[in-house]
Amino acid sequence: MSEIILSSRDLHLYYGKKEALKGIDLEINKGEITAMIGPSGCGKSTYLRSLNRMNDLIPGVTITGSVMYKGRDIYSPKTDIVELRKEIGMVFQQPNPFPFSIYENVIYGLKLKGETNKQVLDQVVEESLKAASVWEDVKDKLHQSALSLSGGQQQRVCIARVLAVDPKIILLDEPTSALDPVSSGKIENTLLELREKYTMIIVTHNMSQASRISDKTAFFLNGDLIEFEDTKKIFLDPKKKETEDYISGRFG
Amino acid sequence: MLRTQFEEDLLNLHNQFYEMGMLVSKAIHNSVQAYVKHDRRLAEEVIAQDEMINQLEVRLEKKSFEMIALQQPVTTDLRRIITVMKASSDLERMGDHAVSIAKSTIRVKGENRIPEIEKEMKDMSDYVKKMVDNVLIAYVKTDKDDAKLIAKMDDQVNEWYSNIYYQTIEAMKNDSELIVMGTEYINIAQYLERIGDYVTNICEWIVYLATGKISELNSNRDEFF
Repeated sequence: MSEIILSSRDLHLYYGKKEALKGIDLEINKGEITAMIGPSGCGKSTYLRSLNRMNDLIPGVTITGSVMYKGRDIYSPKTDIVELRKEIGMVFQQPNPFPFSIYENVIYGLKLKGETNKQVLDQVVEESLKAASVWEDVKDKLHQSALSLSGGQQQRVCIARVLAVDPKIILLDEPTSALDPVSSGKIENTLLELREKYTMIIVTHNMSQASRISDKTAFFLNGDLIEFEDTKKIFLDPKKKETEDYISGRFG
Repeated sequence: MLRTQFEEDLLNLHNQFYEMGMLVSKAIHNSVQAYVKHDRRLAEEVIAQDEMINQLEVRLEKKSFEMIALQQPVTTDLRRIITVMKASSDLERMGDHAVSIAKSTIRVKGENRIPEIEKEMKDMSDYVKKMVDNVLIAYVKTDKDDAKLIAKMDDQVNEWYSNIYYQTIEAMKNDSELIVMGTEYINIAQYLERIGDYVTNICEWIVYLATGKISELNSNRDEFF
């Protein structure tokens, strides 16, 4: 029943001479939440950034292998990178709303595309903020600065900003690491509600978070993908000893 | 919704446990009915239905492991899951004893019966069924006071067992034709007595669920012999 929406084949990445990804084969199913776990420096964030070519922005990076999306390798020179990053959006660890109003933040991508119809913009703002579970909090102050919000609310506005341009896949790089448990819980709820409509890939240090919300979990170690399984199987009965050791906190 | 999903899972666990309890209660009732009415077909049905009870226990266990591994519950949530895990194991044993009673029925045919003792056994089994039904209600309400009362009912069950045991031994001493039947009476009374003990176990888990304390409600020390 599951359809593959994104996949990498033998993906290698080098920061200069250092090999950070050692040939990753991975297939992401549509509509699922895939978690990526592993100790610091294992390559999970590097891998995540490879999925929408954010690593292009880092000097000295070499990539071999392929990342297939919609039947094409995103690393092909013919790829429209702006379009790619609209379809595969990203949410970062530190909430990073622009220093504008909440409204302006959410419509930013649309305005860049040339949308000016106020009704369309208003509607998109409302829908996106609702989908990000923050509409009730901010509906009466849409024109206040986004920076006036709490960390958790800012992060949800960032999610709304990604949702506003109608992505297919959302990449989240430790989206709740900078937040307190209650705000993290709200974000986790939001992600669960976005399931099925969107595909999400989330890098997290927090293994309980991975176990709570993800359908599949990928365990990275030293640039290798050690195990990739249904989350239930990983947390109840992992195949590899390294996975079991990491999950039970036996090292790192 | 994260919390809600967990709460929904917890509620499902709770409901499935109750469903399993109802099946076990029915099995116990049917197994004694089958014995008293000499109904071999009903006895066979009890044996066949045990498969369903066993499957429910496995399902409850699997779901409990999953919820513990994936959600890391603490305090009341954890106690609830542990109670279901432990008490469903007790229910499954009770179901096995119902099967043993059913097998007794199939074993004895055309043997001499002792109506007075069979009446005692019917009364004892009605009482045990009441304990089972009450403990399921106490579980649903997490009623620790009811649980303690139900555990006390086990004293009566033990007394019944003691009576049936001695009466049957007397009858067998006086008439060796009654030995085959008498042995089954003692077996069945023993199964019923064990069912009472398992119900007491479940009462202890209900008290644990309500208070967080693991306690012994009916010690076997001064029993019977």
